[in-house]
Amino acid sequence: MPEPFVSLTSKAVVLSQANIDTDQIIPARFLTTTTREGLGRHAFHDWRYEADGAAKPEAVLNRIDPSERRILITGPNFACGSSREHAPWALMDYGFQAVISTSIADIFTSNALKNGLLPIEVSQADWDALAAEPDRPIRIDLEACEIRAGNAAPIAFSVEPFARRCLLDGVDPLGWLLARLPDIHAYEASRQPETA
Amino acid sequence: MPPETLLDKVWKRHVVTPESDDAPAVLYVDLHLVHEVTSPQAFAEIEARGLTVRRPDRTFATLDHSTPTLPAIEGERPYATPEARAQVEALEVSCARHGVELAGWDSPDRGVVHVMGPELGLTQPGMTVVCGDSHTATHGAFGALAFGIGTSEVGHVLATQCLAQRKPRAMRVTVSGRLQPGVSGKDVALAIIARLGFGGGTGYVIEYAGEAIRSLDMEGRMTVCNMSIEAGARAGMIAPDATTVAWLQGRRHVPKGEALARAAADWLTLKSDAEAVFDAEIEIDGAAIRPMATWGTTPDAGAAIGAPVPQPRNASDEKAMHYMGFEPGAATTDHPIDVVFVGSCTNGRLPDLRAAAEVLRGRKVKPGVRMLVVPGSEAVRRDAEAEGLDRVFTEAGAEWRIPGCSMCIAMNGDFVGPGQLAVSTSNRNFEGRQGKGARTILASPATAAASAVTGFLTDPRTFAREASLLKQPSAAREAVGVQDA
Ligand code: SF4
Repeated sequence: MPEPFVSLTSKAVVLSQANIDTDQIIPARFLTTTTREGLGRHAFHDWRYEADGAAKPEAVLNRIDPSERRILITGPNFACGSSREHAPWALMDYGFQAVISTSIADIFTSNALKNGLLPIEVSQADWDALAAEPDRPIRIDLEACEIRAGNAAPIAFSVEPFARRCLLDGVDPLGWLLARLPDIHAYEASRQPETA
Repeated sequence: MPPETLLDKVWKRHVVTPESDDAPAVLYVDLHLVHEVTSPQAFAEIEARGLTVRRPDRTFATLDHSTPTLPAIEGERPYATPEARAQVEALEVSCARHGVELAGWDSPDRGVVHVMGPELGLTQPGMTVVCGDSHTATHGAFGALAFGIGTSEVGHVLATQCLAQRKPRAMRVTVSGRLQPGVSGKDVALAIIARLGFGGGTGYVIEYAGEAIRSLDMEGRMTVCNMSIEAGARAGMIAPDATTVAWLQGRRHVPKGEALARAAADWLTLKSDAEAVFDAEIEIDGAAIRPMATWGTTPDAGAAIGAPVPQPRNASDEKAMHYMGFEPGAATTDHPIDVVFVGSCTNGRLPDLRAAAEVLRGRKVKPGVRMLVVPGSEAVRRDAEAEGLDRVFTEAGAEWRIPGCSMCIAMNGDFVGPGQLAVSTSNRNFEGRQGKGARTILASPATAAASAVTGFLTDPRTFAREASLLKQPSAAREAVGVQDA
């Protein structure tokens, strides 16, 4: 079940590098887990920690209070790479509730939405404006599909309508599919002979 | 009826309920492949809701990512961590509980999920295939619509055999002309990705077409489709043809006799109509592709071996070059190699191992270079050993391991050390992908083997020329002349 998401007001963290892949977000050696919890301490692990485990003082994610900064602003093609849902799990467990970029990988978007982490794509000009002032509170309103920051005009964004409904109304995607079982049975019966 | 793409045709066959503005389509899944890393939380989720696996007959599992590639010692598998063992055991328990067939430790079928599925004939043209793994696109080489899903969706498929999906856009990449000798499917894949850019395929399913693609064997086609995700595309597809049918014939789950003839007749209809319109079209000259290698930390950062590292376009390129230790304008071929890895779902199949062995036969891995050869499956291992390829590798000084993902993802204890430079036949050169601080050059199996011999990134045609010069001096010299022209 996704966490419901209606709106969020928070400061942001900017990681402006392009192509931040899922191996950066959560390195593969931390995937040997059988639960969804506790991955936040490994989020961006190799950016945050030395080989001996010491925290890198210069790493921005070690310098901030995650509870104050729920919005991650990233460079283009964010979260490319693997399909691991551990990526949104790690980001959420660290404290993020939304990601803003000019482009975000498909599978990550799908995975993030299923967990209540809101991925938002904006234009380069809007990105520049948001990334310039991460210390100013940004308000993300999913009902209105708008981002507001300071006195600037609101930035409209779009979210796949079904995923949006799931987040706003707490619709459970698996429950929605289960409700379609009669259609699924009918489909299976119509496929004669069954292949495979 | 309007002309349709291959994607249209396969999609249409699997729509349970169509998509609308506010709801995605319910898409039926013919084959669901499962491995130990992305499934435990999905099994936990359906069990928490009191659900079971709805179609265990369409669900197949294997162990590959967390599994050691060294044999058991006194019955004990040398797992990298207790968590890795727990993950494997969790899948064993879940499969037993839900009646899902698992190619486990004792199975002769076990292999990297995208090697095993086609090998057993589980993957067939026109199917929908999903797996909690982004390289599921591999199966598209058979004209299946195959894509990676997240763990939540793994749970959806386990419980309903369906996914809520919106139809992706269609792109066609046509690789025309004839491939040069010594150019493999991997070189084609790297050339395509270099052209499209790392995110260039986002939102699309890519259909690969053209003479160069048709000329590839099924393993080469799988290599090309496998790396679709490295251009951002969730799936890659190639229309089935006689090569496809011949490859599938006789495999365990493929229909036999009359039934095969009927199935094949249907499979051969699965191609884009002549007038079909794609949302994007790209053309690449296949004859111009040379053996490729990457210079950066994204799979699109590729160039012909020997070409200078390009000038950085942006800060990300600069960071990548800094990480790799490569200078713009300089060659990547003069940096000593520490590790060579041949394996993975991209290049761990029999023809891949043959290509590497051909270069290594009668030669030695350069002292100081560690070379690991990991067959993609138990079947590949058996076939390779029957041909004596294992001895070619071990006599050259390489390590011959048991099947698994191994150094492709470095979860199982096989990894490239910090700062070490590897030539790898896998699919991702991300920072740290092959181990913390590891530096990865992606290349073909022949290139990997040639580089193991010289200790430097090496165009494998160097060796092919030598070998043919010894055999047929005059003809080979002519061939060299043509290649150099
Ligand atoms: S070999 Fe590599 S890419 Fe393929 S399934 Fe295993 S980890 Fe993934």
